[in-house]
Amino acid sequence: MFASACGSDSDGDSSSKGGDTTITWWHNSNNEPGKGYYEQVAKDFEADHPGVKVEISAMAHEDMVDKLAAAFQSGDLPDIYMERGGGELADHVEAGLVRDISDDAADEIGKIGGSVAGWQNDGKTYALPFSMGVVGFWYNTDLFEKAGITAPPTTMTELYDVIGKLKAADITPISVGAGDKWPAAHYWYYTALRSCSEDVLKGAVTSLDFSDPCFVKAGEVVEDLLKTEPFNPGFLSTPAQEGATSASGLLATGKVAMEMQGHWEPGVMQGLTDDGKGLGDKTAWFPFPAVEGGAGDPAAQLGGGDAWAVSEGAPDEAVDLVKYLLSDKVQIGFAENDMGLPTNPAASGSVKDPALAGLLEVRDAAPFIQLYFDTAFGQSVGGAMNDEIALLFAGKASPQDVVDATQTAAADEG
Amino acid sequence: MSNEGAAATAAPAHAEVTRRVKTRRVTPRQDGPWRQRLEITLFVTPALTLMALFVVWPIASAVRMSFYRWKGFGPMDDFVGWRNYDRVLHDQVFTDAIVHNFTIVILSILVQLPLGLAVALLLNRKIRFRGVLRTVVFVPYVLAEVIAGVVWFQLLQPESGVVDGLISGIGLTPPEQGFLGTPNLALGTVFVVLTWKYLGLAILLFMAGLQSVPEELYEASQLDGASWWQTQRRIAIPLLGPTIRTWAFLSMIGSIQLFDMVWILTGGGPANATTTMATYLINQGTGRYNYGIAGAASVVLFVIGFVMALAYQTFVLRRDTQTEG
Repeated sequence: MFASACGSDSDGDSSSKGGDTTITWWHNSNNEPGKGYYEQVAKDFEADHPGVKVEISAMAHEDMVDKLAAAFQSGDLPDIYMERGGGELADHVEAGLVRDISDDAADEIGKIGGSVAGWQNDGKTYALPFSMGVVGFWYNTDLFEKAGITAPPTTMTELYDVIGKLKAADITPISVGAGDKWPAAHYWYYTALRSCSEDVLKGAVTSLDFSDPCFVKAGEVVEDLLKTEPFNPGFLSTPAQEGATSASGLLATGKVAMEMQGHWEPGVMQGLTDDGKGLGDKTAWFPFPAVEGGAGDPAAQLGGGDAWAVSEGAPDEAVDLVKYLLSDKVQIGFAENDMGLPTNPAASGSVKDPALAGLLEVRDAAPFIQLYFDTAFGQSVGGAMNDEIALLFAGKASPQDVVDATQTAAADEG
Repeated sequence: MSNEGAAATAAPAHAEVTRRVKTRRVTPRQDGPWRQRLEITLFVTPALTLMALFVVWPIASAVRMSFYRWKGFGPMDDFVGWRNYDRVLHDQVFTDAIVHNFTIVILSILVQLPLGLAVALLLNRKIRFRGVLRTVVFVPYVLAEVIAGVVWFQLLQPESGVVDGLISGIGLTPPEQGFLGTPNLALGTVFVVLTWKYLGLAILLFMAGLQSVPEELYEASQLDGASWWQTQRRIAIPLLGPTIRTWAFLSMIGSIQLFDMVWILTGGGPANATTTMATYLINQGTGRYNYGIAGAASVVLFVIGFVMALAYQTFVLRRDTQTEG
């Protein structure tokens, strides 16, 4: 397969007819059917592009994250890799590691629409999100029924009411993996999203200015929620997803009625039950309720996803492959294989799971999707923010402390 | 540096060796220093190279990192002087972590020393099942730290865990948020697990030390009419001094570097109640990509460990090394 001539895969101008071009592609779909599907996709692409060879490395997610971190340090990146967007992407852009694909992929960017915002920097697009989900409450319909709850809550007051009913029925209402911090932080993200207007949030993401009082209000709403004592015992040290005693494990085994998590939750729960079914057909989903008196749009959602990025110096064919990955055909297959929530609207109808299909509807109806704050602000500011929110959950920090800690970390960035 | 030296001396030395074989009988001592130097170079170079590669270089690069603001990729060119140290030393999470480390250091010596000594003295007596008991007390130490951590994590689960079950079984109320989820109890709980894990090592070392106490001394004391307790207090424990001091040194170093067990049981939480210097620097480095701050924290950890080790060697262990040397 290798040409006898020196491999010049870093030359952008190597023609696809004469010399052979190798594209390296890292992804985390290391289980069937995803793994086989991507192999087929690569084969189809190779057939359409003679002389191009796609070299796939399918890795477990954690392995991929570790290897990518090392690759960023050494600057020796695969041609196509996964970007989480936000502040992390901004750092990669600043270090000159990722390729601007605004012009090359203009059509795809137009098709994907608003979701692509998390992967833009200074008006330029650096990656195409191929799967995008929103965070919301996953719940056990059996336990809701048992507690006499007829409809999922749409406001915080209704949520408190649901919590009261569940507790009256001797059911632990919510599990949260506050030991891992980010699951707890998602509550604050959502209350901020509901308390702050879109303009304030957009401003905060770009200028890292959190002086608007709505950010303190967000913490106060979390405090109100904590006062209803809705969480599983020991939630401060509960991990998010590891084992049957984790927050997801508690929901999967029917020990709690609900958990606020991302779109990956059904898959995580399947892995945590012996029969591999998770909650099965008892699984249902509702979006985060509206905060009364908040300036935020109740239809706006918190979410995030994965995007294909092309590293700086990769051959042009790599961009073509990324565009192909976002095509109607590939995205429909992606949805049909339950590999994620497609961003190409043409594939929306191909998501079979009813709970996920409902989630997709909410996502597509959202006026905007706020990227997880920790991703949006980058690890440094986001990490400081998450740590302080975890302290708020432990009753060791005030709503003002959360804002102050975030602002201090942001000042360090400057 | 030593590499080049070795390469330069290797060629002439080779010729010399052959010459030396012939003249050895006549002047055996003249070539001595030369040969010795060559041997030292030969034997020490590989070790020194490894040391330089895996000890000196990482330390040097951590020190370098600590003076820059660096996210882990791209060029390291944002020099910030002592700013990272200022941040670390004024960060309450880090100063609390130092307090937690020293709490574990002190508790280990205060609790594990008497406990380990007591068990070692008991197991040194001729009692039934002594062999089995000796093995049993050492088993936790043999278990991999991560496995022990995961097992204890499950045992300590609130409500569903075995520990809570036992406590409510005898009519007491376990803490509502669990032992690991209650900020005021978490560090103590971690310490109990650490004691369970490391007591075996103390006992093993103390028992080995007791073996070296000459039998005649026990016999002599018995002839003088000393009770068992007097024999232990006046003879066994004083003669165990060097072993105890060495154990305490190992224990201190282990407590200062404490990471694995904490990471698995609590990850430093809840509410930063169990952070250690090591969890802090991991969190700052691989968690938040503040490699400069993590570098500064690791240098602080290194200096604390180094100064403690040096002071201990100078003031406490000196007696032992002198009498032995």
